[in-house]
Amino acid sequence: MAENLAKFCAGCGYPITLMMLNKTLEKLDLQKRAVLGLDIGCALLAWNFLPINTFQTHHGRVAPTMMGFKRARNNSICFALVGDGGAYAIGLQSLIHAAKRDEPITVIVANNTVYGMTGGQTAPTTLCGQVTPTSPKGNIEEPFHGPEMLKGVIKDGAFLARTAVNEPKQLQEFLQKAIETQQAGHFSLVEVLSFCPTNWKTNGVDTINKLNGLKDIFELGIL
Amino acid sequence: MLEKEKQFLTGHEIVIKACLDAEADVMYGYPITPTCEILSGWSNIGKQYLQTEDEIAAGFAVCGAVLAGKKAFTASAGPGHILLQDAFSMAEAMRLPFVMVIGQRGGPSSGTVIYSQQEVTLACYGGNGEGYRLVYSPSNAKELYELTRQAFNDAWHYRFPAVLLTDGYLLKTKSVFNLAEITKMVNIPAHALVPEDKVVHWPNIYTLEEELNEEINETKKDFSAISEEISKAESYKTDGIEYLVIAHGIVGAVAKMAVDELREKNIKVGLFRPITLRPFSKKQLDDLFVKNNIKNVVVVESSFGQLARIVRDELAPEIDATFTYIQKPGLGIEVEEIVEFMKKLKI
Repeated sequence: MAENLAKFCAGCGYPITLMMLNKTLEKLDLQKRAVLGLDIGCALLAWNFLPINTFQTHHGRVAPTMMGFKRARNNSICFALVGDGGAYAIGLQSLIHAAKRDEPITVIVANNTVYGMTGGQTAPTTLCGQVTPTSPKGNIEEPFHGPEMLKGVIKDGAFLARTAVNEPKQLQEFLQKAIETQQAGHFSLVEVLSFCPTNWKTNGVDTINKLNGLKDIFELGIL
Repeated sequence: MLEKEKQFLTGHEIVIKACLDAEADVMYGYPITPTCEILSGWSNIGKQYLQTEDEIAAGFAVCGAVLAGKKAFTASAGPGHILLQDAFSMAEAMRLPFVMVIGQRGGPSSGTVIYSQQEVTLACYGGNGEGYRLVYSPSNAKELYELTRQAFNDAWHYRFPAVLLTDGYLLKTKSVFNLAEITKMVNIPAHALVPEDKVVHWPNIYTLEEELNEEINETKKDFSAISEEISKAESYKTDGIEYLVIAHGIVGAVAKMAVDELREKNIKVGLFRPITLRPFSKKQLDDLFVKNNIKNVVVVESSFGQLARIVRDELAPEIDATFTYIQKPGLGIEVEEIVEFMKKLKI
């Protein structure tokens, strides 16, 4: 199904999200109309992964780029794939306004609580007490809940949800709903709790346990 | 209704007209003086537009639109121009036909709001790359129109991002705009860079240093290949000169009047006025030194040497020229100042 071999780290959650996205597009027969914009961060590695139009943008800038694309080509199905840092830190201003304007694009946020590509630094989603290279004594802040915050600015018909890479059925269901939302002309965002064993420094069992533990802090479901 | 041949228009209105005539589809922008009237003007003519949350979003929305095959542009100045360089560097890397109109204002920082020539370096070399972008510097209303059209055409034809680099004086001045005097131009059509009928996988970040190096070399080759064709400059009264004034934009127009006055006083002075700052009409400048025995070059600009640095860099190294400067960052320059300066220089 994938075009090229994944260049993601072993055990990364991104390929699961991407494969589910592709499966959903296949099911809806929308691969040809799909356009996948990538933020910079681990998302960039997906540039030749799926058999759909894909390009890289800049860190934090994928949402406005896809907004420009969608407004220029109405019949395209536009995705902005972005990490938690790109979405909720450097790109937050654009994300809020894209949601507020009800831009008909689908933002897929991989939330693994760290900046993966640069070595696991503190992200807006990092848990309180979590140790990272930039929070050596543990993060002193509470994590940021992106979809919950956007809930306050979206218009009727928009779709906000959170799921996890080990909830494939729900992930696919939410992606489909997000696409349908875009087709109906509204903004959609799916946050996907994802794992990063490289930066979490976890083995297989601990990786799954940690991911499941995140679900207590970041509630799954439609908002 | 037939369009009147002669109209009394502001620079802003001329830019809007040029963008319309270039068949631009959409503008993304954020209000900043002195280019607000381009955004508000474009917002009132029934074309697609969006006032974004900042210039960053405006710039990346332009990138998205051109990727999808629409002629898109933005307009900004000073601090907004700085933010636009983020998207503009992506446009440089991906060779996107991104067009931006910059109304230079004083800097650094928020500076002043109407006029300067201090965004030359930013426009030409503002990214973290090599400056492979097209930069046009109009000196009057006619050029403002023609070069805006040219910027769209060259951007889409050669796939380089383009800057129409002007200032608030030219944009806010109302003057007679005569359609009959405009050079006729055929539009280069837009095309989808991300096509609908095949799959494109398009990176702008590279794993291997060699890959990036190869890409930049390719871009350099393409830029050099079109440089002679699209670079433009005006050499004015440059036969038998001893002195050469170099100036661009509206200072170029002022310098032209100064040359006329000095010629009446039998001072052998001419003007070289770059119309494109990138690429630069290198050969045309070098030739002036080959054909004339130029004693002194006077670079006149409303900045501390942003144009002069380009001139010195572009001039063939074997040409031995003496440089003097009139440099007034953030200030307009008048004909009399140049005339007086040249008279003293001659003595």
